[in-house]
Amino acid sequence: MTDLLVVLPVMVPLASAALGAAAWRAPRAPRVVGVAGAAAGLAASLALAHRVVTVGPAATQAGGWPVPFGITLVADELSAVMVVVAALMGVAVAVYGLAEVDDARQRAGFFPLVHVLLAGVQGAFLTGDLFNLYVCFEVMLMASFVLLALGGERPQLEGALTYVTLNLLASALFLAGVGLVYGAAHTLNLADLSLRLPEVAAQSPALVAGIAGLFLAAFGIKAGVFPLYAWLPASYHTPPVAVAALFAGLLTKVGVYALIRVVPLLFGGVDGIYELLLWTAVATMLAGVVGAVAQFHLRRVLGFHIVSQIGYMVMGLGLLSSPHPAVRRMALAAAVFYIAHHIVVKTNLYLIGGVVRRLGGGEELKALGGLAVVAPWLAILFGVSAGSLAGIPPLSGFWAKLAIVRAGLEAAEWWAVAAALVAGLLTLVSMVKIWNEAFWKPAPGQVAATGPIPRAMAAPIVLLAGVTVAIGLLPQPLLALAERAAERVLDPAAYRAASGLLAGGGG
Amino acid sequence: MLIVMAVLVGGLYAAAVYLLLRRNVVKLVLGLVLLGHAANLLIFTAGGLVRGNPPLAAVGAAAPPPGVADPVPQALVLTAIVISFAVVAFAAVLVRRVVEVLGTDDADRLRTTT
Repeated sequence: MTDLLVVLPVMVPLASAALGAAAWRAPRAPRVVGVAGAAAGLAASLALAHRVVTVGPAATQAGGWPVPFGITLVADELSAVMVVVAALMGVAVAVYGLAEVDDARQRAGFFPLVHVLLAGVQGAFLTGDLFNLYVCFEVMLMASFVLLALGGERPQLEGALTYVTLNLLASALFLAGVGLVYGAAHTLNLADLSLRLPEVAAQSPALVAGIAGLFLAAFGIKAGVFPLYAWLPASYHTPPVAVAALFAGLLTKVGVYALIRVVPLLFGGVDGIYELLLWTAVATMLAGVVGAVAQFHLRRVLGFHIVSQIGYMVMGLGLLSSPHPAVRRMALAAAVFYIAHHIVVKTNLYLIGGVVRRLGGGEELKALGGLAVVAPWLAILFGVSAGSLAGIPPLSGFWAKLAIVRAGLEAAEWWAVAAALVAGLLTLVSMVKIWNEAFWKPAPGQVAATGPIPRAMAAPIVLLAGVTVAIGLLPQPLLALAERAAERVLDPAAYRAASGLLAGGGG
Repeated sequence: MLIVMAVLVGGLYAAAVYLLLRRNVVKLVLGLVLLGHAANLLIFTAGGLVRGNPPLAAVGAAAPPPGVADPVPQALVLTAIVISFAVVAFAAVLVRRVVEVLGTDDADRLRTTT
C-alpha cells in the first residue's frame, strides 16, 4: 500500500498523459482527461502527504531490488510538501488552460504535455537516486521544450532557442557530474552516497569539490540564480499564459529543490559551499529585482521577479554556513516555507496576468489602464497576490520573508539580511508599478469591448489567492511541517532511514 | 587507454564549447550533440575501463570474480544516449523552424526576446 502511495503522484500524470494522447482526435476527451487527471494527481499527492505527516516517510524500491541496488523513491516531509503544491498547480493550470489556451494548441497536445511535465516534476521530487533525478529533469525539460514552442510564433521560437540551449547545457553538466560521482563512489543512490561520498572526500577533497561545482552550475542554471538566469526573462513571456504560469511556478523551483536535497546531503562538507550559495543568493535577489524595475512588459516584470525570489530560497540554503544547529534548521525551514508560498503566489500572478491581457488587449503596461473599474474583483485578487509576493502582512509572503530574515539575523549575516530587505522593498515598487499602470490609472485609449471572463480562468485565480490568504492566516501547520522537513534534510542518517537503507531495504 | 579517453573527452568538450559560442544556430545544435557525447564518454571512462571481462557470474556463484567490467555506467550511458537522441531531434526541428520563420541562422539577429 505504501508502495502505491509513493508511486501514484508520478503514475497518475503519466497515465493521464497517455490517455489524453490516445484520445487526441476526440473533440472533448483530452480536456476532460486533462482536468480529471490533474484532480486525481492532487488527490494522490494529498494521500501521500497525509501518510507522510501522520505515519512518517515512505519509500519504495522499484522492481523489488533492495537499497542501494534498486531504484528508490522516497517521500519524506520535504518531498510531501513539494508534491502537493506541484499537484495543486497542475489543477489550477489545467482548468485555466481550458479557456486560455487556444484550440490549435489544445489539439496539438497541450493537456498531455502538461501531464508529462507534471510527471517529471513529481518524479524529481520523489526520487532517491541521482541518475533518476537526471532522467526526471529530462522528462520535465522535454515536455517544457514542446510546451514553450507549441504554436510556433516568432517570439516563442526565439525564446525557445535560448531556453533549450541553456537547459541542455545544464543537463550535460549534471550528467557529467553524475558520471564523476559514480566513478568516485560507485553508487548513485542518494542515501548510499551520503555514506560513501564523505569517504571519497576524506581522500581527495578536490575531486568532491569539483563535482560539487558541476552540480551547483547545473542546478543553478535550472533554478535561475545569478549569473545563470538570463534564459528565464528571455523566454517566460512568450508562450500562452497557462504554460508560462506552470513554468513560473514549478520549473525553477525543481532546481532549488535539487540544491536543497543534494547539497546538504552530499556536499555539506565542501569548504565554503554555503558561503558561495549565500553570496550567489544576495546577487540573485538584487539582480532580479533591479531587472524588474526597468521593465514595462507585465510578464517580463514577473519573470525578473522569479529570479529575485529564487534568491530568497537560496539564501535559506546559504545560511547553513552557520555552525548553530538551531539556526541551520530555522534557515532551511524558512527556505522550504518560502518555496511552497512562492509557487502558489507566482503561478497566480501569471494567471492574473492572462486575464489582464484579455481585458486590456496586451501586456505592455503603458498601454493598459482602468482595469480597477472594469474588473474590481481582479484588482483585489491581484492586490492579494502582489502583496503576498512583496511580503505584506498578514499574507503568506510576510511569514516567508520574516522567517528568512529572522534566520539571517540569527546567523548574523547582516549584508544578506540587508539585501533581502532592499529586494523586498523593490518588489513592492514593481508591484505598485503594475497596480498603478494596469489597474489604477485611467485607460489611455478606448477600452476594448470584452466579454465576461470565462469561469475557467477566474476559478483557479480565486482558489490560489484563497490558498495564499489561508497560509497567511494559519502559517503554523506549514511552518511546523517545513521545520520537520528541514530536520530530515539536515540529518543524513534520518534521510537514510527514510529511504530504507538501514532497514535492509524492501518497501 | 585512460589517457586516450581523457584527451578525447577533453577535446569533445572543447569542440562543443567552441561550437556553442558560434553565432550560427545550426552549429549551436552540433555543439549540443558533442556536449552530450563528451558527457557520455566521461561516464563511460569514470566507470572504469576493463577489456574482455564481462560481468558474468559462474553457475552457482553469488558474485562474478573481481576485476570484471562494471555494467552500470554502460546502462547509464545507454539511457543518456536515448535521451540525447530525443532532445537533439527536437533541437534540430526547432532550429529548422527558427530558420524558416526568422529567415536567418544568425543568433545575433534574434531580437524580439532580448
